[in-house]
Amino acid sequence: MPATIIGYAGLTGKVKVVMDLQQQIKEVVLSVATDSKANPSPSEALFETGVLDSFGLTDLVAALQKEFGVVIPDSDLRPKNFASIEQIEKYLESRK
Amino acid sequence: MAFIRAFGSYVPSLVADNTEVAARCGCDPEWIRTASGIEERRVASAEETVAEMGARAALDCLQRACVEASRIGLILFSSGSTEQRFPGAGVEAALKLGLAGTPVIDLPMASAGSLFAMALASQLAAVYGEVLVIASEKMTPVVWRQPVDRNTAILFGDGAGAVLVSSEAGTAEVLRAVLHSDGEFAADLRLPFEGPLQMNGPVVILQAARKIPAVIAEALQCNGLAATDVESYLMHQANSNLIVRVARSLGVAPDKFYSNIARYGNTSSASMLIAAKEWSQVAGFGAGRYVVFAGFGAGFHWGALVVRGISF
Repeated sequence: MPATIIGYAGLTGKVKVVMDLQQQIKEVVLSVATDSKANPSPSEALFETGVLDSFGLTDLVAALQKEFGVVIPDSDLRPKNFASIEQIEKYLESRK
Repeated sequence: MAFIRAFGSYVPSLVADNTEVAARCGCDPEWIRTASGIEERRVASAEETVAEMGARAALDCLQRACVEASRIGLILFSSGSTEQRFPGAGVEAALKLGLAGTPVIDLPMASAGSLFAMALASQLAAVYGEVLVIASEKMTPVVWRQPVDRNTAILFGDGAGAVLVSSEAGTAEVLRAVLHSDGEFAADLRLPFEGPLQMNGPVVILQAARKIPAVIAEALQCNGLAATDVESYLMHQANSNLIVRVARSLGVAPDKFYSNIARYGNTSSASMLIAAKEWSQVAGFGAGRYVVFAGFGAGFHWGALVVRGISF
């Protein structure tokens, strides 16, 4: 099951956007994708299908750090951690 | 204290463009250009050995420095593509320079070798006076060997570079070098005996894109400098897309990084010095201006070296 970011009603009464984590990751992936019209499924292999190339991967790591406020250490900079949206989700969960 | 006197280079005259390489690899010439920024590379003949190209680059360097070869106290010779296991190509190159008896240290480090050799030379100059750094690579026989791996066959070219580091005088003063090595990813870029070059491209790119700007920032910080204080960056010419990302990480314009990869491809450890020689002809050290050298290669080994120009 994909994780979900919980929305809440703040003091202003406005409700923050509730976004599925996988959808959030997908948007980050597409922001750096080789093919911006790609529509990868959660389990789709991002390199094998050409959604990302090697340099897109470096951009993805930078974008994930910025978007999710995580620090990805050098030792974790391995393609397998970013091979699919599901893998990225799993990795980000492990960094919490 | 150590100074850079001059750079030199030698590249073979034979050119292989992307159309020719694409035919070898069964790929699209345009893909080579977009994936790497490379448009052509030089290919050494049988006579243009690692030692021969290195000696020619060294002679070019010595001529530009107006220094007699007999004044050389030590040679540091970098190559990851020598034709034999031992001896390294350094002694043969020294012999070609008429320097039988001069000590030679071979550094079989691949791409980071020239940066490490420059850092060593800046320390050893105090003992040996004039230290000649040579980096020479003959990569096309390695990567064009059958069966061809197109991911490496498109990247590499042949050539040699040299720099003379002196304890006495020069056009730039070496301020600080920072070097690092980490064997965690040693299997991701290696050249086994008799085997093809093995490169896990995504791992190499990920690590290089992180480690190069980090070590440059570390070296600059040691000198109380910011990335924007630097006039020019002379980096290992691995891939134009990588150079752009390193510049972006440092927050400087990509045109601060001198690049000639379009014409020579990746010549491994020779690339930084070939680029430096060309840069010295079109720009060169300005008085008080800072220049950063940076390298990254198999091992992984990586580092950066900061220098300050002292004359035009």
